[in-house]
This record gives sequence, C-alpha cells and structure tokens, in this order.
Amino acid sequence: MRDLFLRVRRLPGRYVSPAFLVAALLLPVALDNYLLAVLWQAGIYILMALGLTIIVGYAGLFQLGQAAFYAIGAYTVAILNLYLGVPIILGLPIAVILAGALGYLVSRPILHLRGDYLAIVTIAFGEIVRMLLVNNVFGVTGGANGLSGIAQLSLFGFTFDSIVKNYYLVVACVALTIIGVQRLENSRLGRAWTYVREDELAAEAMGVDTVHVKAVAFVLGSALASLAGVLYASRITVISPDIGRFLESVIVFCIVVLGGTGSLPGVFLGAFGMVVLPELFRFVKDWRDGLVGLAMVLMMIFRPAGLWPSRRVALELSGAEEGET
Amino acid sequence: MELFVQNIINGLTIGAFYALVALGYTMVYGVLKLINFAHGDLFMWGAYLGWAGLSLVALLGLKQGVWALIPVVILVMATLALLGALIERAAYRPLRSAGRLPPIVSALGAAFILESLARNIFGASYKTYPGWAEVTGSITVVGGVTVGVMQIIALIASLLLMAILYLFVNYTQVGTAMRAVSLDHDTARLMGIDVNRIITLVFLIGPALGGAAGLMVAVRYGSFDFTLGWTFGLKAFIAAILGGIGNIPGAMLGGMILGAVESLGAGYISPQWKDVIAYVLLVVILLARPTGLLGERVAEKL
Amino acid sequence: MPLLQVSGLTKSFGGLMAVHNVDLAIETGQIMGMIGPNGAGKTTVFNLITGIYRPDRGQIRFDGRNLVGLAPHVIAEAGIARTFQTIRLFPNLTVLENVMAGRHCRSRAGVVAALLRSPRQRAEEADIRRQAEQQLRFMNIWHFRNELAKNLPYGDQRRVEVARALATAPRLLILDEPAAGLNEQESAALMALIRQIREMGITIFLIEHDMKVVMGVSDRVVVLDNGSKIAEGTPAEVQANPQVIEAYLGREDEERISYHV
Repeated sequence: MRDLFLRVRRLPGRYVSPAFLVAALLLPVALDNYLLAVLWQAGIYILMALGLTIIVGYAGLFQLGQAAFYAIGAYTVAILNLYLGVPIILGLPIAVILAGALGYLVSRPILHLRGDYLAIVTIAFGEIVRMLLVNNVFGVTGGANGLSGIAQLSLFGFTFDSIVKNYYLVVACVALTIIGVQRLENSRLGRAWTYVREDELAAEAMGVDTVHVKAVAFVLGSALASLAGVLYASRITVISPDIGRFLESVIVFCIVVLGGTGSLPGVFLGAFGMVVLPELFRFVKDWRDGLVGLAMVLMMIFRPAGLWPSRRVALELSGAEEGET
Repeated sequence: MELFVQNIINGLTIGAFYALVALGYTMVYGVLKLINFAHGDLFMWGAYLGWAGLSLVALLGLKQGVWALIPVVILVMATLALLGALIERAAYRPLRSAGRLPPIVSALGAAFILESLARNIFGASYKTYPGWAEVTGSITVVGGVTVGVMQIIALIASLLLMAILYLFVNYTQVGTAMRAVSLDHDTARLMGIDVNRIITLVFLIGPALGGAAGLMVAVRYGSFDFTLGWTFGLKAFIAAILGGIGNIPGAMLGGMILGAVESLGAGYISPQWKDVIAYVLLVVILLARPTGLLGERVAEKL
Repeated sequence: MPLLQVSGLTKSFGGLMAVHNVDLAIETGQIMGMIGPNGAGKTTVFNLITGIYRPDRGQIRFDGRNLVGLAPHVIAEAGIARTFQTIRLFPNLTVLENVMAGRHCRSRAGVVAALLRSPRQRAEEADIRRQAEQQLRFMNIWHFRNELAKNLPYGDQRRVEVARALATAPRLLILDEPAAGLNEQESAALMALIRQIREMGITIFLIEHDMKVVMGVSDRVVVLDNGSKIAEGTPAEVQANPQVIEAYLGREDEERISYHV
C-alpha cells in the first residue's frame, strides 16, 4: 500500500494532471446531477483552497478568514447585479479586483504581526465582514436573509444554467488556476514566498522585500476566494451571510493542511475529505460534524504532513529516513 | 452618567467571564504556543454540565436553592479538568513535534467533536437554567444604577478564582515550573521539570476555569445552546490577545477591557454592533501594540 | 571616499549601551577585521549596518548614500550582503534554491510575468539559475546543489551562506564569524577564499574570533570593547596596542591576542 502510494507520487506531474483532467471532463457521463453538484461544490472549495495554499502553504502566513473574501466576491456580484443590473460576467472581474484590493488593505498593516496574531486578526476580519452583512450595511446586503434572484453567468448568449455547465465552468477555472499557481510556485515570486516562510529575517537580509511579497500572496489568495464566491453566487442565485462563517474558513484551512500544506494534489484530496465525504455521509445527520472532527484529529496524528505531502515535505521525510539507516 | 456607570458595571461582569475563559487560552498558549480552539467548546460544556447537575439535583429531590450551585460548580470544574487533560493527551501530545499547523487542525477537530457531542446528547434546542438556582433581587448602588445580586456573586467568584490562580502561578514551586515551561521547554527539562506533567496541569486548570465560567454565564443569561462556545470562546481569545497572550494578568485585564468596551458600545451605539466593536478593538490594539497591552516585546536574538 | 563610512554610531537596548559612538571607514577593496571580547557589540554593528536595527544616533554612509532608516532588503540591493553568526539558511530548501535567493534583488519579474511565462521572464529565470550555479561552483559546493540545506555538514552550510551572499553581487561582504566551528585546514581554506573574493573586487568586513584568521587576512583591524572602539590599525599595530592587550588579558577569556601569526 505504502509502496503503491510512493510510486504514484513519483509519477511525473505531466502524466498525472492531464489524466486527472480527462477524468474530470468525463465524469458528467457517469454521475447524476446530485453527485455533480457535490463535485461542483468541492470545486468551489478547491478554488478557495488554492488561494489559501499560496498564503499558508507557500508564504507560511496564518490566514483563517478566507471565507470573508469568498463572501465579498459573492456579495459584490450580487449587489452589482441586483441593484445596478451589471451582468455577472462584468461583475466577476470587479469582484475579484475588489477582493484583491481589500486583501491588500487588510493585510498590509498586519503583516508584521507574529503568526498566531495574524491568524486571530484574519478571524476577526472574517467576523467583521459577516456582521456587516448580517447588519445590512448600507442597506444593500439584505441582512440575515441575504440576497436572492441573482442572475446566472452568461457569456455571448450562452448561459450557465445547468449543473453540467456549471461543473465544466468550475473545472475550467480550477485547471487554469492550477496552471497559474504552478507557474507562480516555480518563479522568482514563488521562491520568495518560501524564503519568507523558511526564515523571514534571512530573506529580508538577502534583498527580498518580505512585506511586499507577503502582501502579494494575500492579494492573490483573496482574489481566488472571491472568484469562488462569484461562481457560487451565480449558480445558487441565493446568498446569505452564512457563506462567510468562520466554519467555512476552517473547512478551507483544513483542506489545505489535511491534503498536505503547499501541495496542489493535496488540495484535491483535502477537498474530497472535507467536502465530498461529509456530503456522502449525510445519513449520519447531527453526528457528521463530530465525525469530521474525529477524522481531522486522527489524520493529523497519523499523517501530520497531510495525505499528499508537498515535494519539500516529502524530501524532508525521505531525508530523515536516510539519516536513520 | 448613570447609563455610563451601569454599562461599565455590566461590562465588568461579562468581562470577568471573558477573563476566566481567556486564562485557559493564554495558559495553553504559554506552554504550547497553540491556539486551543477546543477551549471555547469546553466552556460551552461547562454550561451544559451545570445544567445537567442542577437537573439532577431536582430529579433526585435534593434541596433546591442557590447553595446547590456550589457542589455543582465543583463537579463541573473537576469533570472539565479531566476532559481538558484527556484532549491534550489524545489530540495534542502526539503532535508536539509536528510543526505549527497540524495541532491547530487537531484542535479544530476536537472542537467539532465537543460541539457535535453536546448537540447530540443535549439536543439542539435552548436549555434554560431552573429559576430556583438564581438569587433574584438587586442592589441599588447610586441613583438609578442597580446591580443584580447574582451579578455580584458571579463577579466575586470570578475574581476569587483569578486571584487563586495568580497566587498559585507566582508564589508556588509548581507555578514557577509552569512559567519556566512557557519560556523554554528544553531549558525547563534540563532544570529537572517534568514538562509533560506541567502541560497536563495547565490543561486541568484552564478548562476547569472555563467550565466555571460556562456555568456562571449560563446562570447569568438564563438560556444557551451548543453554539455558545464559538462566539464567546472567540471573544475570550480576543481578550487573551488584547492583554498579551501567554500573560495571565494580561488575560484578566483584556477580559475586563473587552467586556467594558463591548457593553459601552452596545449601550451608546447599538447592541447589534457589539461584536463588531470587539473585533475592531482587537485590530486597533494589535496595530498599536503588536504583542498586546501587557505582552513583552520580543526581540529576536540574532 | 571610503566605501563604507560609519560615524558616531550608537545603539542601546533598554539602558544597556550595546554600541557607543563608533567610527569606521572601510576603503574599497579592503579587508577589514573586527575583533573584541564577547558582548563587545560587534554583531550589533553588523545589524546596524545591514538595517536590522536602527541606530539611536550616528551615520552610516555606503558609497556616499545614507543607509540609516532603510529596510534591510533595500540595503542588500544597494550592495551589502552578509552572513550570520548562527547560520541562517532556508533549512528545507535545496542548496541551489538557497543560493538563488541572492539573485532576488537583481531580478524583476512579478506576478504577471510569472503567469504568462514571458520570454523575458524565462530568460531572467535562466540567468538566476546560471548565476547561482556559478556561485555554487566557486564555493565548491556544486555537488550539494540538490541537497536540502539542513542536511549539509556545518562547514558546508557556511559555504552555502557565503555563496548566497555572493549571489547578490555585493560590493561589500559582511562575514560574521566565518571561521567559527571550522578546523585548522578549513580555516586555511577560508582565508584563501576571503582573499579570492577580494580579488573579485569585493570589499570585506568580518568579525572573527580566530586570531590566526583575522590577523592573517585583514588589511586593517578595529577592536571593540564594551560597545566602544578602543583601537584601529594594521594587524601588527593592533596586536601591539596596550589597550587591546588589556581588554583581552584583563578577562578570563580563552581568546588571546598574543596568539601570533
């Protein structure tokens, strides 16, 4: 079993990713609409988790308020659409840029805080956003009931009005994001993130503008969460402040860590564990959260590096094993 | 002016509860550098266990009255102490050397478990404490300012618990060992301190105080449900950070300030913005003093 | 004009005067050594020059430019690179990735360039790698390039740190106790290396406790005691200075100035 796992891991990425993509494209043939909707939901979380991978996995920053940016994306397109009649396709870039800008404004003054302090400020920010939505800020958020009647995404007369279409839309977004994140990881900026994560002071002394680099990670991560929020709002067409709950941020955070912090395949496994499995286990009803919690504890005890550790973590582990023999 | 004084008094009462819960966060953070996300739910369990204890008193036909609270509080504190130590043993100790992220996920998992258990055991509906467990009546301080007797009892009980903890940590040998462990595990070990035992002790004390607070909050507000732990826990954690995390007097100060500010905000601005005010206060204080009000400024040794 | 001109440099940490009124001048192409008993404030001087601490008083001019108040990364970009007394590599990154860090401030590509993989970005990436590899070869650690930094022997970790600093293409290289923990043979190699780096036109400022190394390699030596400069001159002058001898002999210290070359 372990051998098999290691062998799969060693398969070059250039085979795994296309095979995975083909499988993802063929799935609608085999699955009913309910299961597709579950996978669509997982795709939404994967987008958020990819954003968080940049922030937590690469730059090593503690962000526990990712759902706030998700909610900001969803509410931005919804408000633009409902009050100003802006179509979703135009609202999308606005929502993404707005979330990115907010990510910058929020993170910039707090980036010098030590790890756990940063975490708690992002939690607080998430709660502030949620409370603003609940309290119907500027009278446009619909209060605790939220907003309904949001238009669906439509592009050159083609409307994403079915689950199959939306599923493909999410698959396309995830695929493009993966390519983008991989390119970033293997770039000057991606390396700078890892330098900051490994030793911030040494990075700074070697000429890395650490504050700037961290802020960029926040901006990109927030923008991706916002994109996920836009896709969510335009399919479900009804949103409420609940989408910005701390619990949502926790789920995204756990997807990243359970999968293997900083590992892209890990994000998929994490989303499977945190989103798809709980959905399939609906019949356990109120025990579901408890079982998820138990699984989280056990997973961390038995696989602290995650289901599919990132290359670096894997290297570390193999290095330790060599050291022992 | 009356409104102001009244708000301050109400704020300090709630602030004392925040402080009690904040102590659990801050002590655990001190020794493990871990945000114990399960702590808020242990606090919530305090409310449930207190409710269960009082129900048992009624069920067994024992003498009903406010004095029944005393054995119940003691039992609740003892049970939660054991529960806290159990969680540390099962969910945190195996991850001691696993880096920063895995223990956090494990703590969140433990919180989910505690919440789910409460929901399934006690049900999702609101629980109400029996009226006979409460002392009604209030004292008029000056003018229109009144303070409930129960409020005074709760405040005194909280302050008493905090005073005992403060004396314990600062003036006993075990307390000194605790402070040593929070500075440096390895050095503490070299000095002959059993680090694991100290950590267990912290997980006994913190949840016990949190449980007492849970019970008192439930008595004070009458009713609660299984979501009590989250909001209150987060606020208490904010209180711990306000005061400077890892710092015991800081947690007390942070709790009091948070309670007072929140209460004033609710009174003068609007109750629905109460939580937002608490979060904004956190951000503002951290921007001005990145390590909290009483937190030491950590200079990195190069 | 000296490459680095420090005047009246003062820094205290909560009442404790770590550096007091220190003047220094390092000419281009010089190797300057700094010695002094433990706690004399040597590393603090380095941290002040590289912007990690901000001086309470005093001036730091590098090639005429005022460095006080600049962030460390700006100072690195201006041409000052350093190593640390306690090695500070990126432990879980490979040696090559570590050294590539030095090229960060000499390259420009941002988010958009990385996402689009523009020809310019790819050329820059290739250049970063080439320059880093060149330093690996120069420092004789090429064979370690794919190892994780933390798995290297101590002496080789020091070499990676120097390679990383050199990759920033500095004009002034600051070495904080480069010979610490090295054996006699390694120290000799280090001295040769330091001279070789100077031949490349890089000015060097080093703290060193190993008197054989510091006296053997430095053109000039400054001596710090209790945060103040007590002597400066050629190695021979410094060794003959009565104040210096007193500073060292007056203490129960294993480092002795009488350790002649």
